Amino acid sequence: MDELYRDQILEHYKRPHHFGRLDDFDLDFEDNNPFCGDEQHVFLKLDGDGKVSEVAFEGQGCAISTAATSLLTDELEGMTREEILNLPKDFVLDLLGIDISATRMKCALLGLKVVKGASLGQPADWEDEGEQGDPAEFERSGI
Amino acid sequence: MEPTATTAPALPRSIDEIRAEFPILAREIHGNPLAYLDNGATAEKPLAVLDALDNYWREHNANVHRGVHTLSEEATALYEEARTTVASHLGADRREVIFTRNATEALNLIAYSWGRTNLEAGDRILITEMEHHSNVVPWYQVTQEKEAHLDWAPITDDGRLDMDAFAALLEKGPKIVAVTHVSNVLGTINPIEEIARLAHDAGALLVVDGAQGGPKLELDMAALGADFYAVTGHKMYGPTGIGALFGRRELLEEMPPFIGGGSMIKKVTKERITWAGLPAKFEGGTPPIGEAVGFGAAVRWIDELGLPAIHAAEAELTTYALDRIAEVPDLRVFGPPAGDERGGIVSFAMEGVHAHDISEILDRHGVAVRAGHHCAQVLMERLGVPATTRASFAVYNTRADVDQLIDGLLDVRKVFEL
Repeated sequence: MDELYRDQILEHYKRPHHFGRLDDFDLDFEDNNPFCGDEQHVFLKLDGDGKVSEVAFEGQGCAISTAATSLLTDELEGMTREEILNLPKDFVLDLLGIDISATRMKCALLGLKVVKGASLGQPADWEDEGEQGDPAEFERSGI
Repeated sequence: MEPTATTAPALPRSIDEIRAEFPILAREIHGNPLAYLDNGATAEKPLAVLDALDNYWREHNANVHRGVHTLSEEATALYEEARTTVASHLGADRREVIFTRNATEALNLIAYSWGRTNLEAGDRILITEMEHHSNVVPWYQVTQEKEAHLDWAPITDDGRLDMDAFAALLEKGPKIVAVTHVSNVLGTINPIEEIARLAHDAGALLVVDGAQGGPKLELDMAALGADFYAVTGHKMYGPTGIGALFGRRELLEEMPPFIGGGSMIKKVTKERITWAGLPAKFEGGTPPIGEAVGFGAAVRWIDELGLPAIHAAEAELTTYALDRIAEVPDLRVFGPPAGDERGGIVSFAMEGVHAHDISEILDRHGVAVRAGHHCAQVLMERLGVPATTRASFAVYNTRADVDQLIDGLLDVRKVFEL
């Protein structure tokens, strides 16, 4: 039954990539999801050209938020801060490759929010998805 | 005391008859019958409440008070009748029952009105580690503003209030003790009568958050000894948007209004405004009239079943749930053991799986539970978990609901390959 908890997601949840802290980093940011208390802290090391050379994250969260950030960190090396700030939300949703319901959207996008915060050096201008419910989701649910 | 042979009072109708009064319980979720175990968040509504709401909006809607026309008189009568019902349920005088939006607003009313008037720099307020944020944040705000201190009474490892530590903190002389009747996470039923005696002996007023106690326990304000008691309608099988604050009359009389506006004044001139009497002084603006009528219907419905019988049924189911949940490996269950000190709330954490993922998979089995910090982050920290999953029972829940929960939990382990 479980598209949402397919192997790739569970694998990244149980053994997240780049999990831990960097001792030597240029940028870091910590944020949480106030609705569920999930927390993530990311660390970025930049090379001489201003591109990400090392990345790490730590925190506690559900399978979706942990897997999403794990998948995202696989893609960040070589990106500039500006490129990270321009990443659309779909970038993470495509990496996950599964349907995310309105209520889980905040889980899926927590890592992107934190990575953008690190790139910006302050909380990113961010509106949490799904708080009001997504009309498309409502239609899909067939209520 | 001599032990006496007591039998739990029985519900006046069969569980099937009671379930048939809740249309929503017939729903299927993802092809499974709904097992609604999120009653600590909000209870479902019986026909008695749905019909009362429908009848009010269709037949009697008008604004209350001062309207000299038939509908306004009917609406006023229904609104005030609801107050009489709630007052009688609480063993209180009508003037001691203030309608609010919910328990949160009731607690804020006390902190704002009593707190801002009576607290001074250096004063103390004593709360507990098991409080919901609604019984934390208003006290945090007012103590910050008044440069007063907020003390936290600790809990024991099995989720009870640590009464020795509580008594020691009382010696610091708090002006207010604010404590929940039933923990929304642990299910702990706090010994309010004893707490009231200790608090009063120490010269403090006692505020009780009854959001979870309201739907579960028979309440008599005089016997309980609470100076203030907050309830919310929607957890008591009524609609959202309506709650009530009980306050002892002599306290409410002395307190300034909370929200200024229409209905709460006696006379307004350019120079001077005087306040209406109780309870109007605390009900500025058009109140939630239809919601109050629905709340009144819900309380009548509860009283007809009888809270001792409701509590006995939930306690029996909680015992069954605690027994069955022990069958699930790697589960940590929080709160006191089954018995008189435990309401129908069971929170747990599964090693290796986040509460949200548990809740998501349970939903596919038709089981509705709550996952997260339950607006009790200080308690989560004390328990050493970021979140828990919570099953909370109402009078219409059955062993089949619990069995569905257990099957779902075993499936969680399968999905996560545990």
